[in-house]
Amino acid sequence: MTIKYKKFENLYQDSVSLMQISARLNKMSGIDEASVAMGTEANLARMTDAGFGSYIIAKPNDLVVAVKGDQAACQEAIEIAFEALTAKPDAVNDSQQFSQPLTSFALGLTQHPDANLAMISVPGEYAAAEAIKALNLGLNVMMFSDNVSVVDERTIKQLAQQKELMVMGPDCGTAIINGIPLGFANVVRRGAIGVVAASGTGLQEATCRIHQRGEGVSQALGTGGHDLHQDVGGISMLHGLQALADDEATKVIVLISKPPAKAIAEQILATAAQVNKPVVVHFLGAADSSMALDGVYAAHSLAHSAEVAVAVLNQQAIPAVQTQPKDDSVLTKLSTKLLPSQRYIRGVFAGGTFCFEAQIIASQYGINGYSNTPTQGNSQLDDVWTSQQHTIVDLGDDAFTQGRPHPMIDPTLRNQRILQDAQDPGTAVILFDVVLGYGASEAPLTELLDVIDTVRSKTATAPLFIAHVCGTELDPQSRDLTRDALSEAGVLIADSNADAAHLAAKFTSQLC
Amino acid sequence: MKALFTQKLTVLNAGLASFASNIERAGGEAIAMNWQPPAGGDRQGGLALAELLNQPEIELANQTAMERYLAAQPMLVDVMLAGEAIPTLAEKKLILHAGPPIPWQEMCGPVQGAILGAILFEKWADDLEQAEALIHAGEVTFEPCHHFDAVGPMAGIISRSMPLWVVENPNNGNERVYSNFNEGLGKVLRFGANSPAVIERLEWMGTELAQAMKAMLVQSGPIELKPIMAQALHMGDEVHNRNAAATGLLLKQLVPALLNTAEPKEQIQRVISFITANDHFFLNLSMAACKCMLKAAENIPNSTMVTVMARNGVNFGIRLSGTGNTWFQAPANPVDGLFFPGYGVEDAAADLGDSAITETAGVGGFAMASSPAIVKFVGGTPIDATNNSRAMQAITLGGNPAFTLPALNFAPTAAGIDARKVADHSVLPIINTGIAHKQAGVGQIGAGITTAPMQCFVDALQTFAAQREH
Repeated sequence: MTIKYKKFENLYQDSVSLMQISARLNKMSGIDEASVAMGTEANLARMTDAGFGSYIIAKPNDLVVAVKGDQAACQEAIEIAFEALTAKPDAVNDSQQFSQPLTSFALGLTQHPDANLAMISVPGEYAAAEAIKALNLGLNVMMFSDNVSVVDERTIKQLAQQKELMVMGPDCGTAIINGIPLGFANVVRRGAIGVVAASGTGLQEATCRIHQRGEGVSQALGTGGHDLHQDVGGISMLHGLQALADDEATKVIVLISKPPAKAIAEQILATAAQVNKPVVVHFLGAADSSMALDGVYAAHSLAHSAEVAVAVLNQQAIPAVQTQPKDDSVLTKLSTKLLPSQRYIRGVFAGGTFCFEAQIIASQYGINGYSNTPTQGNSQLDDVWTSQQHTIVDLGDDAFTQGRPHPMIDPTLRNQRILQDAQDPGTAVILFDVVLGYGASEAPLTELLDVIDTVRSKTATAPLFIAHVCGTELDPQSRDLTRDALSEAGVLIADSNADAAHLAAKFTSQLC
Repeated sequence: MKALFTQKLTVLNAGLASFASNIERAGGEAIAMNWQPPAGGDRQGGLALAELLNQPEIELANQTAMERYLAAQPMLVDVMLAGEAIPTLAEKKLILHAGPPIPWQEMCGPVQGAILGAILFEKWADDLEQAEALIHAGEVTFEPCHHFDAVGPMAGIISRSMPLWVVENPNNGNERVYSNFNEGLGKVLRFGANSPAVIERLEWMGTELAQAMKAMLVQSGPIELKPIMAQALHMGDEVHNRNAAATGLLLKQLVPALLNTAEPKEQIQRVISFITANDHFFLNLSMAACKCMLKAAENIPNSTMVTVMARNGVNFGIRLSGTGNTWFQAPANPVDGLFFPGYGVEDAAADLGDSAITETAGVGGFAMASSPAIVKFVGGTPIDATNNSRAMQAITLGGNPAFTLPALNFAPTAAGIDARKVADHSVLPIINTGIAHKQAGVGQIGAGITTAPMQCFVDALQTFAAQREH
């Protein structure tokens, strides 16, 4: 066994590109493990933990390739990495025409003075500085980057307030501005409903549902998951709410968040009541008595918030609260045969808010269990990699995404977990989500259908599969095609995440 | 934000390129930038930098600094002995050297050798052993040339009996700056040589040459240096590593004036043959002119303009206008260059000399487009030369219309380095430089191109930012 490493000084490349190279090296025969990363303290520590030794010396701007395996393979791996890192077309040499690489927002603005939004997906440690720079240069900001401290987030948002600019994020994955999907966003028609959400998949679910109900979206703004934290004060949500109130194209406003700090919730609701437009509010798991204010409509699920908004827009009756699956006749018609041991629900989610919502709904059926991100009444998993009894996991959580792409981008890990749970003799139902749209995996089902097929062919008592596809028919992957393919594989398809959770929970509750 | 909803959305994307391509696929406009971690990946430095971007008082201060730099009119007015021009040199055994401050024990070979030579030249000691004993007894002190508004190439040694060029700026209260005289190539003090021949030459320069130049200047009157530099840039010089044209242009002014003096013919002949034998004779005047222009821009509160870049053979040091006399230092970057036959990178001293003042003033490496011959040192092409000059536009406050580059369609040279831009854009100032042998006295062993180290700029910005908060 040989350990080899090579350092490329002052060669920055983004982590996704590097992970792709890592993945390629890891697949080589003769290689036990490979790691390609920037030489940050955290990455070096991770390499040490992975058994690459503690002698790698590198600066944060140095790119490090470390490989373990047999000697020839290590050498070959380093050569392949070198080629992958350098085989880029060099515009300067090719055309002999000089163009200054745009290494910073300030340089970007010199060549594109009309730019008005900075999209930041750089490593978290640099993200706060980039956001402050962008704001100082007069740009609105969308920060996909996470791992930004609450103190930095507050500084950034206060600066934005002072400059009358919008900050979406940190940790904001989704937005639709002027009809253009940003980050992980779905293709929806333009319309009169504006959305502000502190939850990425929450925003995707609501905008898709609005589209499915025949209406459209004026603007959809993400705030990042920490915006409604006590120490940040909901600055982005309040700013977005006001911006939509002032926007002529917006007739109805939808606000979505996991339960905010109490004082922040009160402030947002008070502001919502003052706005001269109807505001639909969905704080996941919150009691609606707190929202009994004029002009404020409480919604009970992500999909419901869209349905209420559409009803308010069209001056129709407000849809009732969903307490049962929309159509549970499918459950009675099921031919699935289960063993007595198969009693548990296993939720395997890529969308964090979908995982959260599923746990809340399962609780309504008396189903409480475990999660890596437990809601009230549920407990922390002993080991996030192994389900126990009723388990609903968020595979997009930090515990799973360290050094790995998000399952929405690369569903490999999610598919492995589905396989693992489906083969568990305790599993009665597998509940999962498939998230479509720009940024998400272009072929989300390729491996998944094989997994389902494997389970069915190997065991006579395969669990029931229930899924929800978040997307629209206009998305690059097409919701219709995705749903059809899943149905054909025997997966029960619900119209919304909430409905999928209702179906799964009701089915499970009848087993006990 | 309200405005954003009614504008066409144009996104600058830093990070995952797929975000930009998705926006384009969806019919939007996005520019996928080639983002680099700023400030060399120093997180705190990057945060300090972020707060300094687009701040009205900084932009205003930089504008003032730039205007003063541009308005400077360096005039060669006199030749004086260093002890007269800089009185402190006459008061104690003080020797000036290139770059930021450094104690004797840490100095590189060439600087130590040159200092020993200067002690012999001043007759403070009879031999090298005595000279070294004097230093160890603490009787000789050392300071950077820049502390006295002086500059010197390579070791940059100035002691009291050496002649100095005196350059004045009539547009800045006739402030004076100084540089020493160029000794030519081969075994010379500035590369650390201190043999009797070297000392003898210094003695001749301090007497006959200095007197001749002083008398010449009485005849010629003050000589404007900027027009000589500007013309030389059109003749293949970049007035740092190549001064062949500038030296010739100087001679055109100098010879008639010299012939009008009462100096004996044999002396004039010796003086002219010394100057004509040395293509680098103008270098020290180019450096003094650059120092003069940058001195005008010094000490402007809130300015992030770089006013000094200098190397002592170990560290690279810079100063910013807004942080006054504070040095910010980092180990010098290696030189990418060609070596004379028989020498290699293992023989090289680290980057050395005050001559990076030329790049600080927008010539030298910044004007490389005018001197394609220079890029041959790194095996480059004329296109590399013009690209280097263009790249420097990304880190400067503007251009100097007095210095134009024919190869860039007579664009002004990039000038007025903004420390913020260096750190933000990850573009380092390019410096053309000679390479000294690491052992004293061997001399020049090559030439090439190097860059200023990022850490100086990051440290300077952090100090600048901390200073602003008070």
